[in-house]
Amino acid sequence: MEHPFAITLDVGSSLANRTGSWRTSRPVYVKHLPPCNDTCPAGENIQAWLFRAEEGNYHLAWQEIMKNNPLPAIMGRACYHTCESVCNRARVDETVGIHAVERFLGDMAIANGWTVTIDKPVSGKKVLVVGSGPAGLSAAYHLTRLGHKAIIHEAAAQTGGLMRYGIPTYRLPRRVLDAEIARIEAMGVEVRLNRRVEDLGAAMAEEGADAVFLASGAQNTRLVDFPTDGSVQVRDAISLLREIEDKRAQLDIGKRVAVYGGGNVAIDAARSAIRLGAKEVIIVYRRTRATMPAHDFEVVEALEEGIELRVLRTIERIENGGLVLEERVLTDTNRSNPTGRFEYLEKVDTVVMALGQLVDNNSFLKGVPGLEFVGDGVKVDNLLRSGREGVWAGGDLIPAERNLTLAVGHGKLAARQIDAYLRGETYVHPPRGKIAKFEKLNSWYYADAPKTIQPALSLIRRQSGFEEVLGNLDESNALYEARRCMSCGNCFECDNCYGACPDNAIIKVGPGQGFEFKYDYCKGCGLCVTECPCGAIDMVPETI
Amino acid sequence: MEEMPREQQVKFYQKGTYTVGNRLVNAKSRAVQSSITRNNSLTSGHRACQGCGEALGARYAIDAAMRACNNRVMAVNATGCLEVFTTPYPETSWQIPWLHSLFGNAAAVATGVAAATRVKGKPEIRIIAQGGDGGTTDIGFGCLSGMFERNDDVLYICYDNEGYMNTGVQRSSATPPTARTATTPAVGKEPGNVFGTGKNLPRIAMAHGIPYVATASVAALHDLEAKVTKAMSFRGARYIHIQVPCPLGWGSSPASTINVARLSVKCGLFPLFEAERGEVTSSVPIRNPIPVIDFLRTQRRFAHLMKGGEENERKIAKLQAIADENIRRYNLVRKEV
Repeated sequence: MEHPFAITLDVGSSLANRTGSWRTSRPVYVKHLPPCNDTCPAGENIQAWLFRAEEGNYHLAWQEIMKNNPLPAIMGRACYHTCESVCNRARVDETVGIHAVERFLGDMAIANGWTVTIDKPVSGKKVLVVGSGPAGLSAAYHLTRLGHKAIIHEAAAQTGGLMRYGIPTYRLPRRVLDAEIARIEAMGVEVRLNRRVEDLGAAMAEEGADAVFLASGAQNTRLVDFPTDGSVQVRDAISLLREIEDKRAQLDIGKRVAVYGGGNVAIDAARSAIRLGAKEVIIVYRRTRATMPAHDFEVVEALEEGIELRVLRTIERIENGGLVLEERVLTDTNRSNPTGRFEYLEKVDTVVMALGQLVDNNSFLKGVPGLEFVGDGVKVDNLLRSGREGVWAGGDLIPAERNLTLAVGHGKLAARQIDAYLRGETYVHPPRGKIAKFEKLNSWYYADAPKTIQPALSLIRRQSGFEEVLGNLDESNALYEARRCMSCGNCFECDNCYGACPDNAIIKVGPGQGFEFKYDYCKGCGLCVTECPCGAIDMVPETI
Repeated sequence: MEEMPREQQVKFYQKGTYTVGNRLVNAKSRAVQSSITRNNSLTSGHRACQGCGEALGARYAIDAAMRACNNRVMAVNATGCLEVFTTPYPETSWQIPWLHSLFGNAAAVATGVAAATRVKGKPEIRIIAQGGDGGTTDIGFGCLSGMFERNDDVLYICYDNEGYMNTGVQRSSATPPTARTATTPAVGKEPGNVFGTGKNLPRIAMAHGIPYVATASVAALHDLEAKVTKAMSFRGARYIHIQVPCPLGWGSSPASTINVARLSVKCGLFPLFEAERGEVTSSVPIRNPIPVIDFLRTQRRFAHLMKGGEENERKIAKLQAIADENIRRYNLVRKEV
């Protein structure tokens, strides 16, 4: 349009001026790895399922969990949630109660009978899984979703492994355990109970298995030798917990019980002893409370229940119905050294040994050709392959930190390996993104909100039986908790970049579709990067 | 008025409570700037520096006014950065009817445009006059005061970047004490702008007893939009004073423009409040207050204060006293926040 000089200009005619040419670096949308996802031993995409949960889309959230973890209701209770210890939200107020939301979703799935789909066509291949603990169940579940037939051989009379025979009911009610295992069995996993594998080759031939996942766990208790005059009953924690499960708490353990060890099993044993009617329970540990391997919140709950800690002590011998303890000192390198000073702990009815578990190397494992052992456990490479072709191993059976979540992760990794093996392919780990660090977030945009405290049962109720200690969140609390997630490193469509651009150089594509840069006009100021709450935009230098 | 829209105060919006949009709240509770159909009154291709606070503030304010008035808005612009970078002949970045005359007469021209709409019987067309702090607090002040006292039906918006930035960062009567500019260099006994000078235009506007006066910041978008919307609900003279950091003149990084504005609010040096007919009616409480030094150290114009020594500490304490006085006067730090 022709206009007289300096009188009228066409609206928006500045679009002819491509200011993008000023730019020396450009913003790009990225997805970084949230610390919770990075640290989860089961490889859950926590940010992704919280993103669905905060919409109130619980079914989708649950399905997102189920991509990696087949046992959300169990893990929401019994997992030690390392995700929460690295949650960036702790730097704003308190960590997100990830486990509580997971448990809420898991319970909702059980209540509604939600199931998952089988993703791949039937392959016709069979995989033998030895053991129905968390690792075995996880492997069988993932193998089934990948189209293979999984058959579990379980030596015990019931499924679940240490989830049933190790985790006390006050932490994991059996109806939850049964429901989640039943869902896996309903997918087509075959479980043969009371079937102890004696000869792996024969078991494979019997089932016509093309591959094996060994997950038979570590049931032997580590023992230390000290002299005893036989005046105090000595038993090991694992068999105690198993007996509690079998006899449903009809067990006399005495009035005054000492538990020897500082790990989670020691705490489980001590808290179980209280519930069996012991009046006094004393945990004897050779180092300090701060160096106990047990999780701190478990120790706190144990202390709340009246359990006594006797730290920097070892048991020297048993005599006259009591324990002779030796005082210890910690060196700078955290070694517990003897002092030569002794004290007497009188009138002890039972000593429970909880000093760790060992793999039974004398079992069928001995007869498997090619299988090697390292220290205490089966030797595997970083892809869980054993020395024998077609045989993978995981869970407590291999030398690693022994916990439920890691076992579930092992099951998944092994299943993906075995799937690739059965298809004649090689499994390649997908690349890991950069960690979404707190420094990359603009935390000003998150309103302070304290973590919802799970309603705890009263101490009295807790000490009198094996009822579950922690209550569930109700829906409004669960939604509240899910919405506290800061979505570290992943866009949650807050429109901040779109709003903060002084050059109107960002296109909002629409709900669920994110944003695009108009590089013709972006001057590269970086305001969008600074104002992105979750650190999902990076500046990268332009190639000139 | 709270900075957070009422709908967002319910406990379910912890994620991005203060963000521009939020997929979890209804569309009404989101900022105008989050809308795909926002007007983009000031569009791409303008020649403002990287990270320009004024370009941002102008789009925020005019888009909100357009939304509030069904797109029946005309703007009159004083000379200044905003005019120069948006409308270098033969281009303009404006997507609204827009008029420029002189540096000092924007308020008077707007009065005339408002009179014209009245004569033509089109009262639905709303008039905005806008300019920088130079065109408002110094050069256009006479015309502005006249517009106020006649209670002409115009919303005047001042985008305050605390100096004459496009001519090379000279001091204005809105430049804060101690700030280094080209005309108040950081040398001699009293480096930077001197204490005891300058004027507080929002309070002068209030003294005229006009229907509505407010301050706003590019770091508090929901509040800014709410104030513009509220201003458009009044007839008569209205005044909104928006602080817009200038990376060039303030010596701050272009990426930190909004953050610098946020720190300015958080330390109390730039109070957010509104007033009707000369009386303060509300203020925005500061969330997580900070000392002024945390604001000062983000900008090179205050770098000379950071060299230590008794004299510098005394000056920082005097700036802190100004902030403390604002906090007291506008009740900016409250228990409930």
